Amino acid sequence: MPPIAPLRAAVASAALVLSAASAAQAGTYDITVDKIRIDAGKFRKSGVGYNNSQTPTILRFKEGENVTLNVTNNLREDTSIHWHGLILPFDQDGVPKISFDGIKPGETFTYNFPIKQAGTYWFHSHSGFQEPDGAYGAIVIEPKGGERVRADRDYVVQLTDTHPQRGKRIMRNLKMSADYYNRSQRTLQDLIKDSGDIGLKAALEDRKMWGRMRMMPTDVEDVQGFTPMINGESTDQNWTGLFKPGEKVRLRLINSSAMAYFDLRIPGLKMTVVQADGNDVKPVMVDELRISVAETYDVIVQPKENRVYSIVAESMGRTAMVRGTLAPREGMAGPVPAMREKPRLTMADMGGMMGGMGMEGHVMQSAAKPLDDMSGMDHSQMNTQPKPMAGMDHSQMGGTTPAPKAEAAPMDHSTMTGTDQPMAGMDHSQMTQTAPAPQAKAAPMDHSTMTGMNQPMAGMDHSNMTSSGNSMAGMDHSAMTNAKGQGDPFYAPGSGLTPKAANGGKFLSYDDLTARKPLYKDRPATREIELRLTGNMERYIWSINGKKLSEAEPIVLKYGERVRFKFVNETMMSHPMHLHGMWSILDTGKGQYDPIKHTVSVAPGTTVYTETEVDVTGQWAFHCHLSYHADAGMFRKVVIEGGPA
Amino acid sequence: MNKMRNAALAGAMAMAWALPAQAEQLIYGFQAEQLEYRLGDDEDTIVWDFDALIGTDELKLVWRSEGERVQGAGGFETLENQLRLQFPISTFFDAVVGVQANTPDGLPDRYNAVLGLKGLAPQWFEIDADLYLSDNSFFRFEGEYEAMLTNRLVLTPSLELTLPLQDDPIYNQAAGGVTLEAGLRLSYDLIDRAVSPYVGVNYERSYGGTADLIRAAGDENGTFSVVFGTRLMF
Repeated sequence: MPPIAPLRAAVASAALVLSAASAAQAGTYDITVDKIRIDAGKFRKSGVGYNNSQTPTILRFKEGENVTLNVTNNLREDTSIHWHGLILPFDQDGVPKISFDGIKPGETFTYNFPIKQAGTYWFHSHSGFQEPDGAYGAIVIEPKGGERVRADRDYVVQLTDTHPQRGKRIMRNLKMSADYYNRSQRTLQDLIKDSGDIGLKAALEDRKMWGRMRMMPTDVEDVQGFTPMINGESTDQNWTGLFKPGEKVRLRLINSSAMAYFDLRIPGLKMTVVQADGNDVKPVMVDELRISVAETYDVIVQPKENRVYSIVAESMGRTAMVRGTLAPREGMAGPVPAMREKPRLTMADMGGMMGGMGMEGHVMQSAAKPLDDMSGMDHSQMNTQPKPMAGMDHSQMGGTTPAPKAEAAPMDHSTMTGTDQPMAGMDHSQMTQTAPAPQAKAAPMDHSTMTGMNQPMAGMDHSNMTSSGNSMAGMDHSAMTNAKGQGDPFYAPGSGLTPKAANGGKFLSYDDLTARKPLYKDRPATREIELRLTGNMERYIWSINGKKLSEAEPIVLKYGERVRFKFVNETMMSHPMHLHGMWSILDTGKGQYDPIKHTVSVAPGTTVYTETEVDVTGQWAFHCHLSYHADAGMFRKVVIEGGPA
Repeated sequence: MNKMRNAALAGAMAMAWALPAQAEQLIYGFQAEQLEYRLGDDEDTIVWDFDALIGTDELKLVWRSEGERVQGAGGFETLENQLRLQFPISTFFDAVVGVQANTPDGLPDRYNAVLGLKGLAPQWFEIDADLYLSDNSFFRFEGEYEAMLTNRLVLTPSLELTLPLQDDPIYNQAAGGVTLEAGLRLSYDLIDRAVSPYVGVNYERSYGGTADLIRAAGDENGTFSVVFGTRLMF
């Protein structure tokens, strides 16, 4: 038996894997929703918590159990709990005005539903900004017949981005000034630095180009100033999970942030990803992974040395990080590495805004205008761009490629891998005739292997491309060739956001996820629904197909159909799209082995496809899980017609 | 159980169709671009320029107030209050319609209808262009640029140009006689972007017929002042 852990580890639910002794088929759980004080180390704030604690509550269910959850609202405002990722009757889904009326102050609402699945999930308030204010917890469901992956220890690692200000205030400030929280803007110092790197003229040209669009390449995180926490504990408070050297430790990673994506690694350990969004995947070993808002990943690690390991989670925009600890005994703290350099968006991340689509958005949306502004853009200037331009996105060649939509990569350079030959003499005139690639790809020309390149593209002259497509002879792409698997097809080629492992090793891609067991038979989708993710950054309006929730009709689905969603990200930000009540089968080209998710991140300038078997009735929420994007309008109600009464 | 669930389903469906799925919260706020003390050659003044707004993405009601109060002897050298309705007409620009009351001390009150544009021009220039229409119409353009020296230290050059379209001799305004006000302010974001104290300089000068009227009145044309104050945003 492992030693009896001190209180903290116990509270943080350092649950040892218990034998499934109690075969309870019905469990009752009481949850209170309380106003709490949150101590983030650097600051204290008033927030909302479950069971009077800033340590997230962990609900442990068993597959097949019938759960009764009594939720008592001790707040002075309405609340609700949404069981994120659980498949349940729609009136139990906990979204005010869509599933139910909400829970009034003083009221105890009883949820009652069967647990039809296993895995790691989470729950949170779907009322106002209570979730960013702290109302979140974890759900761990043990499969029938016990865990399929053996582990000696089992910990929830729940991330959040605790902000000193309340959600309501944050939203208001963003509406007053969309860059209110952006303290990563380019400054005079950056100009001086870039001038040194690439020359003053090029640095100014680059600023001019972004300025023409009124966009910021530093706009990766629109709410900064938060303190990330693991299980309610900041770096100094140091959440710790104990292990004995050689033990297998299962970490149930959950990102419950309002806004922050995290890049998570445990220096010195490989992580074997065994589950994504509650569904088992074929094990894939990685050095680092990016967890989008609202996603979960279960990883197995096996620390063999009798020493401390750090769980390091840096926000995607590198504005904040948190360190937790895996240690052989209490009272140890892992090292805190320096945060890596801030990413900058590139023109590739703008791809979706310039592809000739999305003209019908209403005046407040950005779809039409930036296109006009971009039309005069001289691509010959791009050659001199600083390193953010590495892996330039060719989707901007609007005049060259007739294909208006940034999908189906008609040209795939991935075959360049390993060839190591100069691409001199390459003829691109055939670009539009190539057969479409099967998967969600970002740009008409897929230079995926270029990704990761960090050098100026000097010497590559695209200046003639706007006039004709076949004058690219002499272009040398050989330098772009990179080790296989370096490019992530779920980022625009050349995107500034493409992740790289801190140790140069393997970074998890959606492309690596393979369902362990298909949940549904593969069949052709009955129809496709295009959802363009749109917005007006300056006004802080976020929308779908140019319409906010308040302006849009619900999406109507038919019971029994298999619908294919096409997400086209026309904004410069990543959006974790979450469909309630039904699975989103992420198209990675693996057919029935495509991974099954509840939240799918769509990176800037990319198109991603998911398919959903409409096997439930009622009405559901469908939205970007960034709290302030959802509230600003990137949200839809989904109504299902037909089905069993 | 099933029956209840069906009833709940039907009820919730009816309710959700009847109500908008989610009401957006009202946007409101206060933003003072200038709230400052001006040290002049002859006199010191307190100057402000703020917007207080309430509304939605689609329509905002804005109270805009600009004034200059002379210290010591007192009195409002200028006092302009506007009620403006502001609504989007393009990605980056709003149209403005409103009314303006111009009520300085010692001069007759003036009331104008306001037609304007407000927004963000390419290269991050914040622009206000307004037509003030009455028997004493004038046009005013305001432009501002925030140069980020660091992510908290901001240098803001600003330019305000007032072009009288009709003569208004009591106000020392001659049609076509432009008055130019140029400023340069260095601010530091002390508390978020809510409180940003600054120091700076301001220069105001009139041209053409307006300059003639000012000189004829025995006033000085071309006033330079050192300013200190704070920007506010709540």
